[in-house]
Amino acid sequence: MSWIIGALLFWAAMWLLNVQLSKRPQTRALSLLVPLIFGVTLLVLWEGMVRGFQISPILLPPPSAISVRFANSLPILWVDFVQTFVKGAMSGYIIGCGSAFLMAIAVNRSPFLQRGLLPVGNFVAALPIVGMAPILVMWFGFDWQSKAAVVVVMVFFPMLVNTVEGLKASDHMQRDLMQTYGASYWQGLMKLSLPAAMPFIFNGLKICSTLALIGAIVAEFFGSPIKGMGFRISTEVGRLSLDMVWAEITVAALAGSAFYGVVALIEKRVTFWHPSQRG
Amino acid sequence: MRSFAPVLTVVGAIMVIWYGAAVALNSSWAYDKAKRADVTLSFSEMVADTMAQKKPLLPAPHQVVAEIYKTTVLKKITSKRSLIWHGWVTLSATLLGFAMGTGFGILLAVGIVHSRAMDMSVMPWVITSQTIPILAVAPMIIVVLNAVGISGLLPKAFISMYLSFFPVVVGMVKGLRSPDAMQMDQMRTWSATQSTMLWKLRLPSSMPYLFPSLKIAMAASLVGAIVGELPTGAVAGLGARLLAGSYYGQTIQIWSALISAAVLAATLVALIGLIQNITLKRMGMLR
Repeated sequence: MSWIIGALLFWAAMWLLNVQLSKRPQTRALSLLVPLIFGVTLLVLWEGMVRGFQISPILLPPPSAISVRFANSLPILWVDFVQTFVKGAMSGYIIGCGSAFLMAIAVNRSPFLQRGLLPVGNFVAALPIVGMAPILVMWFGFDWQSKAAVVVVMVFFPMLVNTVEGLKASDHMQRDLMQTYGASYWQGLMKLSLPAAMPFIFNGLKICSTLALIGAIVAEFFGSPIKGMGFRISTEVGRLSLDMVWAEITVAALAGSAFYGVVALIEKRVTFWHPSQRG
Repeated sequence: MRSFAPVLTVVGAIMVIWYGAAVALNSSWAYDKAKRADVTLSFSEMVADTMAQKKPLLPAPHQVVAEIYKTTVLKKITSKRSLIWHGWVTLSATLLGFAMGTGFGILLAVGIVHSRAMDMSVMPWVITSQTIPILAVAPMIIVVLNAVGISGLLPKAFISMYLSFFPVVVGMVKGLRSPDAMQMDQMRTWSATQSTMLWKLRLPSSMPYLFPSLKIAMAASLVGAIVGELPTGAVAGLGARLLAGSYYGQTIQIWSALISAAVLAATLVALIGLIQNITLKRMGMLR
C-alpha cells in the first residue's frame, strides 16, 4: 500500500514542479528538463503500481527488473540488434527509399504518369502492407534478405508520394527564372527542384524510419533464423520471460528514436532555410 | 475525372507486370511437373499451367478474384470459411480501436492546448511513443491481456487505439491552435469563457485538420487490428487468414485476404472522405 501512495505522491509533486517550471520563460534546458521529469515520473509510477498491487512479473515486470535483465544480456541484445536493425531494416530502408527517390525523379518528367501514379501510390501507402510479409518470407527465405524485402515494400510508396509531392513544390516564378537563365533540365533539378523538395523528402524519410523497424521485426514473426529482435520477442513470450521481451522493446525503442533523431538532425542541417526550422 | 485515364493506365501496367511475374515465378514448378510426367511443354501450355496452379508462388489476378468471389458470395456469412465473416471480425476491432483512439486523441489535444505544463511534458513523449515499434510487440500485448482474462475484441482494439491516437493528437493540436489572434481577441471582448471558446471557435475551426488525421488513423488502426490477429492462434479475422495461409502454403488465400484488407481500407478511408466533404460543405469551409 505504501508503494502506491508513495508513487502517487511522487506523481503529484513532480506534476506541481512541472507546472511551476513551465511558467518560467522558456529556455533550451527547460524544454528538455520538463519532459524528462515527466518520463521519470511515469517510470516511478509503473514501479510503484507493480509493487503495490503485487502484479506478477509474468504479466508486467517492473522497470528495475527490466533494466537488470537488459544489463545482463547485452551480448544477445547486440546480436539481435545487428540482425534486425543493421542487416534487415537499414538495408531495406536504403534500397527502398533510394529506389523510390529515383522513381520519383523519373516520374516527375511526365505529368501523365504523375497524375496516374499519385492516387495509386496514396492508395497503396494506406494499405496494410505488413500483410505482404508472409509472401515475401516465402520468396526470399528466412534470413535477413526477406526482412529487407518487406522493408523495401513498406517504405517505397510513402517515400515515392512524398518525393513526387516535393518536386512540385518549387513555384512557377522560380522555374521561369531558371529558364531565363537558360538552365538545362538537370541544372534546374539540382539547383532548384531538389533543394525545394527537401522538406518533403525528409518528411518521407522520417515516416519511413519508423516503418522500417516495424517491418523488419514483424517479418521475423513469419520465420527467421534463431536470432533477431522479432524472433526473440515471439519466443520469449512463449517462455513467459517478459523481462527479456521488455528489454528487447527497450532496444527497439532506443534504436527507433535514435534513427528518427539522426534523420531529424540531418534535416535540420539540410533544410536550415525552411520556416519550420528557423523558429 | 482528369486523372481517370492516367490512373487506369498505371493500374493496367501493374496488372501486366503481375501477370508477367506470375508466369516467370511459377514456370519452374510447371516445368518441374512436366519433367516428372515425361512430357515437354510448349510455351503456351506452360503459360496456361502457370495461370492455374493450386499453390502458385504468385497467383494470377483472376485466381485471386475467383477465390474472393468463392469465399464471399458463394459461402454463407456465418460459415467460418466466409471472407465476409473474417472481414467483419477485423472490422469490428478496427472500428472500436479507431473510436477509442480518436476520443483519446481529441481529449489529449484539448488538454495539451489548454495546459502549458501538459504541452511541455506530454507532447515529446507522444512523439517518442510512435518511434516504438508497437506493431512488433502487439503479439505480446495480446498474449498478456489474454492471460489476465481479457480476450476477444478488446486487446486488438487496444493496439488499433495506440496506432490511431497519434495522428489525431498531432492534427488536433494544430487545428485547435489554428484560430488566429484576432479571432481569439474577438472572443475575449465578448468575455467568452475557455469552454465557450473551445466549443464555438476552436473545435469548429479544427475540422479541416481533423479529417485528414482521421483518414490516417483509420488506415493505421486497420493495420493494428490485422497484426493483432496474428498471434491469437489463427482463429478469426483477416490476419488469421494470412497466418493460416502462410502455414499451409495457401498463397491464393493469402492474396485474397490481402486484397480484401486493401478494399476494406480503401472503403473506410473513402467513407471518411465523404463525411469530410458533407461536413465541410455545411460549415462553409470547403475550399
